[in-house]
Amino acid sequence: MKLWLEKQRYLIDYTLASLARRKARNLGLLLVYTLLVFMLASVTLYTHALRQEAARVLASSPEVIVQRMVAGRHDLIPPGYMEKIGRIRGVQKMEGRLWGYYYDTVTRANYTFMVPAVSVPANNEIIVGPALERSRGLARNNGVTFRSYSGKLHSFVIAEVLPQASELVSADLVLMSEENFRAFFDYPVGHYTDIALSVANPQEVRNVALKLAAALPDARPILRDEVLRTYASIFDWREGIVLALLSAAILAFGILAWEKASGLSAEEKREIGILKAIGWETGDVIKMKFWEGLLVSLTAFLVGFVAAYVHVFHFAAALFEPVLKGWAVLYPRFQLSPHIDGVQVATLFFFTVVPYAAAVLVPIWKAAITDPDTVMRG
Amino acid sequence: MIKLQGIRKAFNQGRDNEYWALNGIDLHVEANKVTALRGPSGSGKTTLLTIVGCLARPTVGRVSLMGEDISGLPERFLTEIRRRRFGFIFQQFNLIKGLSALDNIILPGYPTGRPRHELLARADELLAGLKLGHRREAKVEWLSGGEQQRVAICRALINDPELLIADEPTANLDSHLAREFMAILRDLAAQGRTILLTSHDPLVVDSAVVHRVVDMRDGKLQGGR
Repeated sequence: MKLWLEKQRYLIDYTLASLARRKARNLGLLLVYTLLVFMLASVTLYTHALRQEAARVLASSPEVIVQRMVAGRHDLIPPGYMEKIGRIRGVQKMEGRLWGYYYDTVTRANYTFMVPAVSVPANNEIIVGPALERSRGLARNNGVTFRSYSGKLHSFVIAEVLPQASELVSADLVLMSEENFRAFFDYPVGHYTDIALSVANPQEVRNVALKLAAALPDARPILRDEVLRTYASIFDWREGIVLALLSAAILAFGILAWEKASGLSAEEKREIGILKAIGWETGDVIKMKFWEGLLVSLTAFLVGFVAAYVHVFHFAAALFEPVLKGWAVLYPRFQLSPHIDGVQVATLFFFTVVPYAAAVLVPIWKAAITDPDTVMRG
Repeated sequence: MIKLQGIRKAFNQGRDNEYWALNGIDLHVEANKVTALRGPSGSGKTTLLTIVGCLARPTVGRVSLMGEDISGLPERFLTEIRRRRFGFIFQQFNLIKGLSALDNIILPGYPTGRPRHELLARADELLAGLKLGHRREAKVEWLSGGEQQRVAICRALINDPELLIADEPTANLDSHLAREFMAILRDLAAQGRTILLTSHDPLVVDSAVVHRVVDMRDGKLQGGR
């Protein structure tokens, strides 16, 4: 056992010395490899964290949202609609919601105006999202005036700025009282933008949606699960775009790795011959070269992944943010909660480290099983 | 010590460029003696040396070491024999560049798993014996031809083998260094080691250190002294 341990120590010593001897080449390879892992890990970590964030925020949203459709377009909910829904079994709670979009010519951005269900601001007071606070340079107790679509000016006082934690969905939000909202948009009394429904039993959500569609043929029930799925597919799509852009880099690395893997330099072949001639076993030579490949790829993976983690969770993925987060004038600025998915790490590991380490082995194996007599012939 | 019977060796067998480097060699290499294989280039000296040193297998024929037939042994066992019983001094020295003289010398000791301090002590002893102690930490590419050869000799001796195999050991040395090598060879022979070498250098083959010279031509033995 002691001899075996000593032998392994020698192998590791020799592997490290061997890496150090080809410093420039190995450092170059390590750099390219690390960069690739960094980019891939950044994209996957970021989109995964965004998905998690969206799911976390939407977890508290209603199970079903009912919209009314006219000629295939979203229309206002007329009075009497709520009463019809109230008769459907399984609906625990129902709430008419008021919200709409407003284009601000000053910042050239769209805001979402909304009447909250709880903590409704007093009349002529509003609560704003953090992006609005930044773009308009607003603070608590400041006054702000918006020109409504009818041309009238409406002035409000900022009662509060929403916390950053919820910025993914609240960046462009303006919360106001129902009276202010209806006056601003000339919204008819008794009409709502849509209806939020709570369903007690999650198993019943789909049945409730079916009953809704039957009772109100012009209604479109939107399930929370569908919204989550939509978010997920948007992030998947964006992830796909970035990965497509990165494909050139991946291809370049593939060629580099293949170049290294498919052919040994004359010096490496000579070295293998010498080691075998002086009594190293084929297995020892293969093991040593395998450790060499594994060490390079493992270091690249660890450094690349840690750098990607720092990039995503401490520098808000500055490199890929515009593509991955979406297109808007008001970018939400928020700190993603660090989250690492084991399967994701394993997948990345499998597709970066394993092929490289394995590819390196093939030519080594070929060289190592040949007779060492070639070394005698110089 | 080593017996070769009916040894034939083909390269590229079965192809258009098939070539028989050895054509029926019967030879007995005696223990504790210095034997030299002499012959022109292409006579098969080096091929024969690789077969004796378990670096290659004969296509036909038998090789026995201390009475044991080793020509049919699997690669693993041949490696073990090579490591424990043979020391090699190659014509081009075949040292690994980028490593120090000391690291090159202890390389054959790695697969044995001997403790490092033991290997280092033995390497220092060998280096001191060949007056090279002051160059132990120097990278081998910084050494002169003679120094490189002495490092190669130390490496061949690190596992204390019974047999030394040297291929054209003076081919890359001037006369002065060749004489120095012969002096080392004399000491090694005096220690009772069996030495088999190839050479067509008169300084080697005509030397009194060499007990027996075997002539070769066209892959066959031609007699000798």
